[in-house]
Amino acid sequence: MDINLNDLLRRYRSHPFEDYPVETPHTGVVFLKVKEGQTVKGPGGEWLHRPGTMLYVIERERNVKRTTALWSGQVSGIRLDIEGQFVEAGELLFSIRHQLDKEEIIDRILTQVLYILPAPQRARYFLAPEISARMEKQPKEGVSVESGDDVLIMSLMKRDTVISYEGVPGALYKVYFKPGDTVEQGSPLLGICPPDKLRYVQKVIQRIRTEWEK
Amino acid sequence: MRTDRVHMADSGKLLSQLADRISYLIDIKGNSEYGNIGDLLGRVQGLRQSLFEIKEADLFEKIDRIEDRVSFLEDRVAEKLSPAEIVNIVRSPQRFTLMDILENVYDSYTELGGEGDCNIDPAIMVARATISRRVKNKLYSHQVMVIGHEKGRGEEYRNGGCARPWGNDKALRYMRVAETEGIPIHFYIFTPGSYPIEDYPGAAQQIARNLYVMAKLKVPMVSFISEGGSGGAEAIGVSGLRLMGSKSYYSVISPEGAAAIEGKIREGEKVPRELVEHCAAQLKITAEDNLKLGTVDRIIEEPPLGARRDDFPFFRRLRYEMLRATDEVVLKTKNFRAFRAYALKRQAEEGKEVPEDFDLFISWNLTDLEIERLLEFRLKKYMELGKGYFLENRNVLTEGIRKTKIFASKTYYDLRYGLLRPHQRNVQKVIEEVSSEGSVFLRKVTEPVRAAYDFVFPQPERPGRVVRSEGPERKSIFAEEWESYVSPLANEDCTVTCPNASKYGCLDLWVPDLYGEFCGVCPNCGHHFPLEYQWYLENLFDKNSVHEFNDHIASCNPLGFQGYNARLKKDMKRTGRNSSMITFDAEVCGIRLVVAMLFSNFRGGTVGTAEGEKFVRACDVAGTTRRPLLAYIHSTGGIRIHEGTLGVVQMPKCTLAVREYNDNGGLYIVVYDNNSYAGPVASFLGCSLYQFGMRSSRIGFAGPRVIRETTGQDVPPDYHSAKNALKRGHIQGIWDRREFKKNLHDALMTLGGPNLYYK
Repeated sequence: MDINLNDLLRRYRSHPFEDYPVETPHTGVVFLKVKEGQTVKGPGGEWLHRPGTMLYVIERERNVKRTTALWSGQVSGIRLDIEGQFVEAGELLFSIRHQLDKEEIIDRILTQVLYILPAPQRARYFLAPEISARMEKQPKEGVSVESGDDVLIMSLMKRDTVISYEGVPGALYKVYFKPGDTVEQGSPLLGICPPDKLRYVQKVIQRIRTEWEK
Repeated sequence: MRTDRVHMADSGKLLSQLADRISYLIDIKGNSEYGNIGDLLGRVQGLRQSLFEIKEADLFEKIDRIEDRVSFLEDRVAEKLSPAEIVNIVRSPQRFTLMDILENVYDSYTELGGEGDCNIDPAIMVARATISRRVKNKLYSHQVMVIGHEKGRGEEYRNGGCARPWGNDKALRYMRVAETEGIPIHFYIFTPGSYPIEDYPGAAQQIARNLYVMAKLKVPMVSFISEGGSGGAEAIGVSGLRLMGSKSYYSVISPEGAAAIEGKIREGEKVPRELVEHCAAQLKITAEDNLKLGTVDRIIEEPPLGARRDDFPFFRRLRYEMLRATDEVVLKTKNFRAFRAYALKRQAEEGKEVPEDFDLFISWNLTDLEIERLLEFRLKKYMELGKGYFLENRNVLTEGIRKTKIFASKTYYDLRYGLLRPHQRNVQKVIEEVSSEGSVFLRKVTEPVRAAYDFVFPQPERPGRVVRSEGPERKSIFAEEWESYVSPLANEDCTVTCPNASKYGCLDLWVPDLYGEFCGVCPNCGHHFPLEYQWYLENLFDKNSVHEFNDHIASCNPLGFQGYNARLKKDMKRTGRNSSMITFDAEVCGIRLVVAMLFSNFRGGTVGTAEGEKFVRACDVAGTTRRPLLAYIHSTGGIRIHEGTLGVVQMPKCTLAVREYNDNGGLYIVVYDNNSYAGPVASFLGCSLYQFGMRSSRIGFAGPRVIRETTGQDVPPDYHSAKNALKRGHIQGIWDRREFKKNLHDALMTLGGPNLYYK
């Protein structure tokens, strides 16, 4: 947990981007549909049901597969030499430089700063009744958990299993799931912030929210 | 001074009336350019503002001049009203509404199911009302249930007369109340269409339920149409007599909707006005057109520019016509033919003028026998709808053979199931009861003797019985006995990607495998790729058991819709079929059934008069032969807009046929595949008690685009999915294509059981 928040912030301020590589999923002949520097859009709509900008077409066994952008951003490092060529699986075509917005940066900082409790299995999760009642009464940052506390109920195949928290004691800073939703294995469930860092984290987040441009 | 003020007040009233008349003209023409009516309105507004600044004589002179001009323009407009202008009349805020009718046509009324905005669905209004008539200076009152759409008086919460599913449910509830109380129902239709949402009970399913109940509602029903928008109108539209205002419209789709489809207008783009006007004219939506087509029974004359809220002579006429129509429906059921004929003749003689007195008092109470007749007349009336608007490619000889065959099979099946089977069942029942009781005592005595007998004389094993072929060899209409059907889609040497590949990691599928061995289903995630209807004919039913009938009934262009003939011909050539419905006898694991199938290749699986007639005849065949009826919906896009209201009336027609079949003990099952939307789902499919969906099915009232354009809200991509339809209770189960045959057989056995062929 020895992370210097100032360093993190500086890093994001100097480079507020995330480069997502676009690689071929399998072998085939590739036809690029974007140009260097072109701005592409990710999936849109309330349910992200509208596909993003078409990036490239890959053809294998006369199966023409159109691939659309999963992130919005700018196309960079495009490899024009492979246009119309046969490529292997995993071949890098270009990257999408995605500009991080405030919330994304906060999320990234929190995942590094907080103690994350991941989902042990793909199952439906609920907050333990005691935690849930405490969260209703007071803001979630005020709900503290300690090692051995029952924090979650995992519901799998009609069996409910209580999950105890094992880790550093701290405030329940972030709940990453909606109670009753199915969560994939390894996805974050809870983010716990050690009490000594709580004030500092809140201050940094406040700064990002007020100072960051986008 | 006082007189001046009174005059000024009069002039103010005159100006306000003039402004109303001009804005009504603007509503009708759809713009203010016609005859400079915009300028006229400006002048009236100017006069209203400077009312006290102009001399009285000048003011009245100006008013007179404007009035002359407005009257001239009104006459000009009334001379030739186009269908699009009639639509505008109906949609004008000055048009009379149901509240006006309740206040002016009926003596008194009590609103039921809430009042004003505190209502289950304010778009549907229900009231118990009293309507009276004078016979020889004596006043007689009748109690009626009034059900209709209200689009004015609080337009916002009334939702423009678009009934939500629970509004139609409310209407249904009070129809049942009327049935319990034995009072007639007057329906007033003022709807541009039903509100297209699938929330429980669901737009389509609720309309279907209404139609199903109305089919056999034991009270006289009369409906009046002012704005009849497709399915929404049918939800409260089944009746013994259908009246329509002379400046009203009744249509399969709004002219704008038809124009968007015809002109292939993209979502969000504006539909050209000319195209809307063209479609309004093509759809044959006016009262005269509908009367000619037989979709309404009578026209009630309105003033030349349509009735408005204060047209009291019109309300007087409407009151008279509603009484007359209810009398007519009641009289048709009466025992005394002479009285019936006399009364109907007297009423017909009354001519165009509304009389002060009625000659006769006719009680609207019906006896059991009369109720039976009422239902028979209703069924007969609806079965006749649309006849003569489809082609029957048969000569006199084949038609004679067909009729003889029908007569012979009817006699045979009546004898077999109507006469012999009940006796057989009764005898069997007695034997079963006696033997089950006797066997308890007998078994104790006979068992040791039987065991000893079996031990001494063991029974030799008998060879299986040889089954003789039944009659002449039957031929499948699609493939020979030795052939196994392979989808033409499988002939391509390529791979395809499952749409769920990114979610479930499905591997690319080799097309011959996918459409051959895998039945068009992704082996990893179970995604159903679309398959042609022929695949089902060959794989769902027993080999060589499919025998098509009524294939001579063909679709045509009954309205003379421009450019439709060529498209119809093209589809006929492409598919080799005459309509989008195939009706046939088939067997599933040895169970004989009658099947009606709608398929997508022909006009998107839409339903018109030919399809409706074929469906009704399939119901008849299933009823005569006492076989289960399966409606397998490969795909349907709704009612065929090119057939206008002739298509719409197929909704009640087919539902009445289904109801008749079900009431006679039939088992009707619907299975949806691919996309099933609109009219058919909101009638003869949705009314089925047992509906199932394939995994690939999408079921609903309106597609996402129509929902977006009507409600202004987007719907999630899986809004119409089978899973959601199951959650909403619209279907009873989701079937996998690979197990379709087994599931269908199970359903037939479970739902039909021992009564599969004869309830």
